[in-house]
Amino acid sequence: MSIRFNFGGDEHIFGEVSEEMSLTSFFTGLSMTNAVRTAGIRGVTEICPANASFQIRFNPDIVKPQDLLSELKSMEEAASKADPVLKTRIIELPVYFQDPWTRETCLRFRERHQDPSSTDLEYSARINGYATVEEFITAYSGQPWFVSMVGFVAGLPFLYQMVERKKQIQAPKYLRPRTDTPKLTIGHGGCFAAIYSVRGAGGYQMYGITPAPIYDPTRKVRYLADDMCLFKPGDIVKFKAIGRDDYDATLEEIEANRWQPTVRECTFSLKDFNSDIYGTNAKLMELINGR
Amino acid sequence: MAVKVISPGLSTSVQDLGRPGHYHVGIPEGGGMDRFATRIANLLVGNNPGAAVLEATFMGPELEFTQSAVVAVTGGELPPKLNGEERPTWESFPVKAGDRLSFGFLKGGARAYLAVSGGIDVPVVLGSRSTYILGALGGHQGRTLKAGDELPLGEGSGKAGLSLPANLRRAGNSPAELRMLPGMYWHRITEAAGNRFFEETWKVAPEADRIGYRFRGGTPLEFVEREQPFGAGSDPSNIVDACYPYGSVQVPSGTEPIVLHRDAVSGGGYMMLGVVISADMDLIAQLQPHTPARFVPVTLEDALAARTEQRAALARAEGHLAG
Repeated sequence: MSIRFNFGGDEHIFGEVSEEMSLTSFFTGLSMTNAVRTAGIRGVTEICPANASFQIRFNPDIVKPQDLLSELKSMEEAASKADPVLKTRIIELPVYFQDPWTRETCLRFRERHQDPSSTDLEYSARINGYATVEEFITAYSGQPWFVSMVGFVAGLPFLYQMVERKKQIQAPKYLRPRTDTPKLTIGHGGCFAAIYSVRGAGGYQMYGITPAPIYDPTRKVRYLADDMCLFKPGDIVKFKAIGRDDYDATLEEIEANRWQPTVRECTFSLKDFNSDIYGTNAKLMELINGR
Repeated sequence: MAVKVISPGLSTSVQDLGRPGHYHVGIPEGGGMDRFATRIANLLVGNNPGAAVLEATFMGPELEFTQSAVVAVTGGELPPKLNGEERPTWESFPVKAGDRLSFGFLKGGARAYLAVSGGIDVPVVLGSRSTYILGALGGHQGRTLKAGDELPLGEGSGKAGLSLPANLRRAGNSPAELRMLPGMYWHRITEAAGNRFFEETWKVAPEADRIGYRFRGGTPLEFVEREQPFGAGSDPSNIVDACYPYGSVQVPSGTEPIVLHRDAVSGGGYMMLGVVISADMDLIAQLQPHTPARFVPVTLEDALAARTEQRAALARAEGHLAG
């Protein structure tokens, strides 16, 4: 596999690891961006990993585009050979699935949906072969997810579930984007989940809502005082399905600024994961549960 | 020690030269869309070129000063009026406590920049005073201005009567020519579609803001057939969500190109045909809806030469103001 490099105008280099999504491609992209960061190349201004690609922004008055490209190419071999072991963290995020707010929004924009006669959850459960919405939610919240990219808008994570490809949940985006999505909606488009960090337009199927802020430009939320965005590429996220009572109780704690998510340091090896997906995930989830 | 907002205009926000370094978490660089006009407005009133100014879109605000200062308006031709009396653009002039500054109708361009000596002194967030509206970050309370807002001013000492002559400003052309380096996912469209994309004249759509500029009026793109890669989505214009460069030209469903600007969404699932070169980003900031525009293919060498030329033009303007 070789990275497809491309100049994005005179200020960006774009590297596509693969056209399709896979954890291996994500890790190669992450290794590349980590290597660029470590190298501390003069003139590099932004280092952005994405799902199966990455982007480097630079100032061509400081570093010649062709020189930077050569330097990136020289890192490629090491990045794609590296036994991907990542020191990262697992974060548990409470999610109220089938909540009244995303449901109301979903009904309001029904005519923009593939299947106006069912809800986003009913539709997604059906096309992914789940008999009930409850089984779908169990699959959604039963295995952890990788933050494979942060962006679109401030702090919005794209999440890729840590299961084999045939178990990946897939859903198309709305036929025409909605003009509204509640803040902190858990959405799904293609093979990616996303958490809407701010209220706004969106095209992803909507499944639930988390009470936990993930972006705070005012930095008043205690766990967002240092970094206003909760998520970084490479983080692992486990959704914890909660009901209305838990949602309300958590929200009350958050409003009093007493709550924070459960976060545990962990090490992730892609090789171990590929040889035993569910065993690796079980160990990760024990870190969260064994408090 | 402030500027009071009597009426905000259509969309007026505090901007400076932006906050690079946070694009990987989705926070765009931001800053004045027309960076040349932002810098020159500041220099005309004796500020550092990166001080915070007001960026007014299509329509100017009405403001009242509570102290004397020196101000200057650059960018689009939005004629300032002091207590109802017209003042020149691209030239600094004094204001006193109690004076009201308003604007006439826009005569050219799309965005005007108002610098006040001392700069607009809102808090610095992540290294910049720019307003990132989508993320409610920076600027004045993270949003565009509203009637009743009061903006604090820094300490300044500008002198009135400084001006930048027309030959040192950048002239627009019609149709606007946006030079672009083809690439990114260019291979996704057919050769005929690629040729047509550059041959046709497009028009700026009403959806044109700090995030991006949409264009319409051209022929929908034909895509090279393929089986969509896993995770990309079913539309031929879909890709596995990737980063979007500033200036990148995405074409959702192959119909209307969108050029991302200073408040770009940092990534997403639409293929891009290439990227508008850095030297032409200011030009986009001054395009009104319905303006005809063409995309012109250039090489990386052309893009770098244009960048050098743009820096030289800025240096000439700065030299004039310093001399």
